[in-house]
Amino acid sequence: MVEAAAVEHRFRPGDRVRVRRAYPPGHCRTPWYCRGHVGVIERYCGGFANPEELAYNRPGLPPVPLYRVRFRSTDLWPDYAEKPQDVVEIEIYEHWLEQA
Amino acid sequence: MDDPGHRHHDLGGRPAGRCERDEHEYEAWEKRVDALVVLLAYRCDSLTVDELRRYIEELGPNAYDGLGYYERWMHAATQALLQRGLISVDDLAARMAESEAREHG
Repeated sequence: MVEAAAVEHRFRPGDRVRVRRAYPPGHCRTPWYCRGHVGVIERYCGGFANPEELAYNRPGLPPVPLYRVRFRSTDLWPDYAEKPQDVVEIEIYEHWLEQA
Repeated sequence: MDDPGHRHHDLGGRPAGRCERDEHEYEAWEKRVDALVVLLAYRCDSLTVDELRRYIEELGPNAYDGLGYYERWMHAATQALLQRGLISVDDLAARMAESEAREHG
């Protein structure tokens, strides 16, 4: 189990954020389908080593803030056919988010 | 795929058929690969799931789709061992030839 570190972080629950439309090489944990979309910060999860650096066997430090971001399913998939109130929550690192 | 930034392994959110939820038996070699990777991660403290995922995500689309789950894990573990110099390409080739000879010899 990886321990979360307490780190300075920019967003608070309720803040609207847009996921950067970025396409880095290597490995990242931000699914393609949420890039460019707006969601709301549901919680701050703590700081963790940056997985994009860990993927290259580097330390990924200092830890970067991780958030759980809530999206409306209908925002991600305009023809989403299930319940219209359904949401998707994705854990996203701060460097992927900008104020919306 | 229209977006060149949409990489092959990133399947989430794409249209798909029904999800197969049945459990199945694992082959002995699959269990060995699982044990090997867990042990490797335990012994080399710098080995993370992110590094293993990078090796798997860098497989070409044909290899990504054609290899089974534990075959992809085996590929990733091999890359991690080669990267760290814990085995050489020659060691690997020699052991593969040995095991092939055992199988077909």
